[in-house]
Amino acid sequence: MPTSPSESKSFDLAVIGAGPAGLAAAVAAADRGLRCALLDAGARPGGQYYRHPAPELRAARPDRLHHHWAGFAELTERLARHRDAERITYLTHHHVTLLEQAEPWRLHAVTGADGSGLARLRARAVLLATGAYERQLPFPGWTLPGVVTAGGAQAMLKAGLVLPGRRVVVAGSGPLLLAAAVSLTAAGARVPAVLEAGDYLGYAGRPAVLAAVPGKLAEAVTHGAALARHRVRLRRSSAVVEAHGTDRVAGVTVARLDRQWRPVPGTERRIDCDALAIGHGLVPQLELATELGAETRLVPDGTLALRVDAGQRTTVPGLWAAGETCGVGGAELALAEGELAALAIAGADTVPAALAGRRRRLRAFAELMAAAHRPGPGWTGWLRPDTEVCRCEEVPVERIAEAVEELGATDPRTVKLLTRAGMGWCQGRMCGPAVACLSGAGAPGPDRRPFSCPVPLGELAALPELTGTTGTTGTPEN
Amino acid sequence: MRRTPTALAAADPGPAHTIEFDGRPIPALPGQTIAAALWAQGIMAWRRTRVNGRPRGAFCGIGACFDCLATVNGQPNQRTCLLPAEPGDTVTTQEGHGRADLAV
Ligand SMILES: Cc1cc2nc3c(=O)[nH]c(=O)nc-3n(C[C@H](O)[C@H](O)[C@H](O)COP(=O)(O)OP(=O)(O)OC[C@H]3O[C@@H](n4cnc5c(N)ncnc54)[C@H](O)[C@@H]3O)c2cc1C
Ligand code: FES
Repeated sequence: MPTSPSESKSFDLAVIGAGPAGLAAAVAAADRGLRCALLDAGARPGGQYYRHPAPELRAARPDRLHHHWAGFAELTERLARHRDAERITYLTHHHVTLLEQAEPWRLHAVTGADGSGLARLRARAVLLATGAYERQLPFPGWTLPGVVTAGGAQAMLKAGLVLPGRRVVVAGSGPLLLAAAVSLTAAGARVPAVLEAGDYLGYAGRPAVLAAVPGKLAEAVTHGAALARHRVRLRRSSAVVEAHGTDRVAGVTVARLDRQWRPVPGTERRIDCDALAIGHGLVPQLELATELGAETRLVPDGTLALRVDAGQRTTVPGLWAAGETCGVGGAELALAEGELAALAIAGADTVPAALAGRRRRLRAFAELMAAAHRPGPGWTGWLRPDTEVCRCEEVPVERIAEAVEELGATDPRTVKLLTRAGMGWCQGRMCGPAVACLSGAGAPGPDRRPFSCPVPLGELAALPELTGTTGTTGTPEN
Repeated sequence: MRRTPTALAAADPGPAHTIEFDGRPIPALPGQTIAAALWAQGIMAWRRTRVNGRPRGAFCGIGACFDCLATVNGQPNQRTCLLPAEPGDTVTTQEGHGRADLAV
């Protein structure tokens, strides 16, 4: 059986994900003397927020791609010190595929940039800080090359210093759109318009929540000023209802939306572009925990997040969570939650009041933000029968409609079985929210898929016999 | 000065190396992924879908969507948004699921 050097080691804590939440947790836990493993699927620490150019690109000013670079620099410095002192073992290119609940926990990961290796390790406690991926809602033409996710455009720019096009329309909903538009223009793209499907009115009703997070307001003002400087138009209650092109996007049709996100007939107009960056908020990445039966809660944006207590404990003993896995809320909140989790895992008697307060205020803001950008049910008004919903299996709207209307499917799982929507490579990460909506299911159900990403057959063959998913002890391994 | 991503980050990468995409040489900066090197050349598609034969390239940019699959050095189904471009890599447009004999 192939093994990695880490296999023989047992850790006090394994942190999955080296984004803001995981980094903050690992260094805070190591500060308190815990021996930690920090695993991440990626090549460099930082997660989605602190994504930065590969060192070989020799970027002298990576800070220009971010806010809060100083905070990241401080975290990586602490990480380096703890690595030198062997309190943190930082494992890059380790994609954790399975958590086996046992005493101690066993973690299984595929390793290497191409996912060809395998690793196992043991830990007494596990912290899930796996972040989120973007929510997508389909529209005619969304599979055309040149249509990319807003976060993906950010990620490719920050890590690879590339743009998806010269004239890039940014659309969807949520604050990530503004960040993406600002970065794209700063890097030389022309952004003819930013289209926000929501109306921002949701923020206005809760002035106290807003006033408690002045940093967030300052950030919004900075973004707004940057967009104005580049003459980028921000349109509220508007959406891309179609992308045009044959082998690549050449333009989009945009329309105004009513309060329910229904396109208002007669308001369509075309904008020429060679790329479209699109996203409708973020979806917490929870499958490693939900697979173990961890309880979830419904966030006001319609996504599911892990239910945690004041010490960031999930409902599975020995499993903690921090950052976007507890509900999308941004990097600052992720940092606070990572630190809180580390304190709880290390058995601290008291939690610094300032830290707890920061989390409370930022969490309240996150819930407000989630409600303000929640997709309205009328978005299905821009679909056509042949619009592809599942990108991997190329399943159009009409096949899903057939499963629901003629074959009697009432939930996403049955739709999936009847149409193969969500059964392809991405395992429903791209089409899941849309399929759930089209199948008439209200809230999404938690994922119960056994692996968090496609796993080589060799990994399956090498697994010790699994003992179910409900938390029974795994087979002892020598 | 012209606004570019490299200028923005004040990057001073070493000289580009070369990879091959469908038989043509493509420059890649050290540290870039294959998908990034292709984007830099304005190439947005390097896969044809299994059912309808439609062109696809990178969509999510973070390894979640699997739209950016290509055949790299003879290996099908490589996520090019995660895979660093190595000098001399040969990348070919992937047709369908990339192998007739084996499922992924
Ligand atoms: C594509 C994308 C782009 C974004 N861009 C911005 C931006 O420009 N500005 C902004 O303010 N916010 C951005 N966000 C939001 C941002 O994610 C959060 O604000 C913040 O990064 C959350 O921190 P986190 O630690 O919870 O998660 P993340 O930063 O997402 O970190 C999660 C980490 O976990 C790793 N991981 C996930 N699953 C596994 C696994 N199974 N095994 C091992 N490792 C795993 C990932 O590789 C990642 O490094 C973006 C989000 C996404 C999805
Ligand atoms: S672009 Fe989505 S996996 Fe590579």
